[in-house]
Amino acid sequence: MTTALTFIVLALVGIAIWQMTKIFELSQIRTENAQIANDNDNKNQGYLLFAFLIFIYGITIFSFYKYSKFLLPESSSAHGGSYDYLMLVSFVIIFIVQTITQALLHYFGYKYRGNKENKALFYAENHKLEIIWSVIPAIVLAVLIAWGLYAWTNTMDVNDEDDPLVVELYAQQFNWTARYGGSDNVLGGANVRMIDNDKANVLGLDESDSYAADDVIVKELHLPVNRKVNFKMRSQDVLHSAYMPHFRAQMNCVPGMITEFSFTPTKTTAEIRKDPDVIDKVRRTNKIRAERAAKGEDNSDPWEYDYVLICNKICGRSHYNMQMKIIVETQEEYEAWMKTQRTFGQTMASN
Amino acid sequence: MSATAHVEGHVHDDHGHHHHKETFITKYIFSQDHKMIAKQYLITGVLAMGFIGIAMSLMFRMQLAWPGESFAIFQAILGDWAPEGVMDADMYLALVTMHGTIMVFFVLTAGLSGTFSNLLIPLQIGARDMASGFLNMLSFWLFFISTVIMVISIFVEAGPAAAGWTIYPPLSALPMAQPGSGLGMTLWLTSMAIFIASSLLGSLNYIVTVINLRTKGMSMSRLPLTIWAFFITAIIGVISFPVLLSAALLLIMDRSFGTSFFLSDIFIQGEVLHYQGGSPVLFEHLFWFLGHPEVYIVLLPALGITSEVMATNARKPIFGYRAMVASIMAIAFLSTIVWGHHMFISGMNPFLGSVFTFTTLLIAIPSAVKAFNYITTLWKGNLQLNPAMLFSIALVSTFITGGLTGIILGDSFLDINVHDTYFVVAHFHLVMGISALYGLFAGVYHWFPKMFEGRMMNKNLGYVHFWVTAVCAYGVFFPMHFVGMAGVPRRYYENTAFPMFDELADVQVLMTVFALIAGAAQLLFVYNFVSSIFYGKKGPKNPWKSTTLEWTAEVKHIHGNWDGPIPHVHRWAYDYSKVDDHGEYIIPGQDFVPQTVPLQDGEEEMNH
Repeated sequence: MTTALTFIVLALVGIAIWQMTKIFELSQIRTENAQIANDNDNKNQGYLLFAFLIFIYGITIFSFYKYSKFLLPESSSAHGGSYDYLMLVSFVIIFIVQTITQALLHYFGYKYRGNKENKALFYAENHKLEIIWSVIPAIVLAVLIAWGLYAWTNTMDVNDEDDPLVVELYAQQFNWTARYGGSDNVLGGANVRMIDNDKANVLGLDESDSYAADDVIVKELHLPVNRKVNFKMRSQDVLHSAYMPHFRAQMNCVPGMITEFSFTPTKTTAEIRKDPDVIDKVRRTNKIRAERAAKGEDNSDPWEYDYVLICNKICGRSHYNMQMKIIVETQEEYEAWMKTQRTFGQTMASN
Repeated sequence: MSATAHVEGHVHDDHGHHHHKETFITKYIFSQDHKMIAKQYLITGVLAMGFIGIAMSLMFRMQLAWPGESFAIFQAILGDWAPEGVMDADMYLALVTMHGTIMVFFVLTAGLSGTFSNLLIPLQIGARDMASGFLNMLSFWLFFISTVIMVISIFVEAGPAAAGWTIYPPLSALPMAQPGSGLGMTLWLTSMAIFIASSLLGSLNYIVTVINLRTKGMSMSRLPLTIWAFFITAIIGVISFPVLLSAALLLIMDRSFGTSFFLSDIFIQGEVLHYQGGSPVLFEHLFWFLGHPEVYIVLLPALGITSEVMATNARKPIFGYRAMVASIMAIAFLSTIVWGHHMFISGMNPFLGSVFTFTTLLIAIPSAVKAFNYITTLWKGNLQLNPAMLFSIALVSTFITGGLTGIILGDSFLDINVHDTYFVVAHFHLVMGISALYGLFAGVYHWFPKMFEGRMMNKNLGYVHFWVTAVCAYGVFFPMHFVGMAGVPRRYYENTAFPMFDELADVQVLMTVFALIAGAAQLLFVYNFVSSIFYGKKGPKNPWKSTTLEWTAEVKHIHGNWDGPIPHVHRWAYDYSKVDDHGEYIIPGQDFVPQTVPLQDGEEEMNH
């Protein structure tokens, strides 16, 4: 990495020096229009344009080689599979178009570099060509639009089919809280006007609402695998965004309204930790962290892979550290965990 | 219509000859001459504000690459905002916010449009000046006032606005949510309100001038593409900027007078606020109703400049003039109905999201047409690779690279997981930031002789500036896509709170190093610019052998542009390398036919 970096910087400095010497050279010759490109400039810059094409390809290959392993692992949600697939197809199209158009652009820049002897072709219009390159993108885009919209409509359709688990995600500067509907799976009524910090009613639940009494409020999100979850998002102060990258899920939390998102987790935390890509990532990361530990730096504890919910809408000073751990587990593990939690009613009674 | 303009032109003539007593103040400060106003915009908008905006980005890029590290330069510049040289988290957000605001509005809207619309509209359509020189002057001075207020806001004790350049409430509305939402945000809103007034005065002037003051023979279908781009840009500015003004006014009301347009159900710092019934999503709609057209307000002038520079330097007509005009119009029209793609996951109805996905991906079609037309313009050309030409070619390159990822972001389904990540940052910096800057640079290198009475910028410094910038721009923003796809959110002070981002630290360093080099290269440009104003070599009257009218105007700046009568136009602006039936140039020994030359016997006119 560092070597590559040094190499690039050296190359740049090289170009700079070479150009500087040219300036010096050229300042010696007093030609009339020294500031207008002459045939020699056209030649040099034409070659450089070709080199630039190679640079663009180079940085593309370099980035893929070095960085594609950093990307998120395969999706852990039901709709995430089609997300990843459409993303892949879009990227294939993008790379085909990018490779061809950049090649044409820079190759023409090189090939048709100016020369006093040459004559440009007066070529102002060709309706056939223009129709071709309007229609082809239109067709490709139509396919992508149709596909995307189909998937979007399915994903955003939050409904009560298949007995979903209802979970509220509650955002505030700068932390997350989750609330489960409890044994009746119905969230009790709530509003910020009912918040009572003295009584630890931090989410503003309606104490007189019977649905609220069995609600369970937690700081770590547990989800049973393969059961649809309907999230209801609330925020008490500013905009936040509930971003769960591993599940290809995101929705803003807006004060004054309840927003929704729904997905089905398909891999438990234990399973994702056994994913070969994830094992690799953890090994690489822990190597970095061990190096830090050796130097006595912070942030150096060994890391275990976990799903996270992170804030993805600027929300103030500690926006960068607004997170909640997500644990996906089997139904049995989930139920066992839920048993250890206190309900809202119990918390209120003990205050 | 043209005839009237012509008559008026003569009236102006006399006017110009009798009143030539200009004082320093009327010539350099309260000037009503469009050429001087263009230079004022260039120096205030691009050089001064550009310097501040880029310097800010370099500082927060250093923080991202070396989080928590102490830098003497932070302490020197940021003072109390960087205790012991470590940048404060609030200051980080403030820098990000001000960088966005300054670059989008001050550098790329006022700086780019203000400079080149003012300089080129009268010169290229054959007018003595703008329709109203006074309004034009007023427009600049309002812009200047808004600039001063924005700069002052940086020095406010609690810090400047820090809610992101999109200033979404409630964060921007509540001083208790972040320190920057106090006086800093008040000044931000005040500055923007004045900025919008300035922009509207400018745009109306551009529109009226293009419609009414074209010289004889300059039909709309003979306008250079620069003018088409500035004209359409001004129209979308007039349509969309007032909506931002309404958003800003309502936000001011919410902040200062206790209304609830955008706020509801808020509990902050231990107390419930009285706001009830407003919606932050409404603000998002109002903001992006401007915000998205704004992207094209920034980009279209750059594309217009590129069309002109590319045709001139390729010694070829721009390919598909009508298609280019049509795609400018299509882009402008579609740009006003795609704003919702910034809001797919805002809580807006998902069906609305579908509609915006549809319109958004439609806009890819005229954009693709433009890109292909540029490439075809290069084909079989005789390319004069001046710095302006290189910047134009590079604009097409970054426009394609950045535009293609728009296919992903514009698709509501795919947007879910990359929304507000660095993927977006990489996308819009390439497609509108870098591309528009390249257009700006192309324009400056190309029309510098027109702005500074025949002096030319140093070519070789221009080459160095171009290559370092071009390499570094990709060096910064190409790897950034991967950072985004790894899930790193934007506007994070540091990424150390998530072990899953640990291994991306190297990429951050790489991007920052490229950014620092790119920043240094811009100093070279500034040096070249300033020294060329005083010591630049004078070139010929028409240095790039261009067909357009501005090169027929006097090299020495006079109020009224042409010493004699205004030239008439007999052909379109792109008769480069046009040949007759025998394969000879129309004007023997010259590969271009200026617009002022009448059609020759048996010559067929293009596009009329």
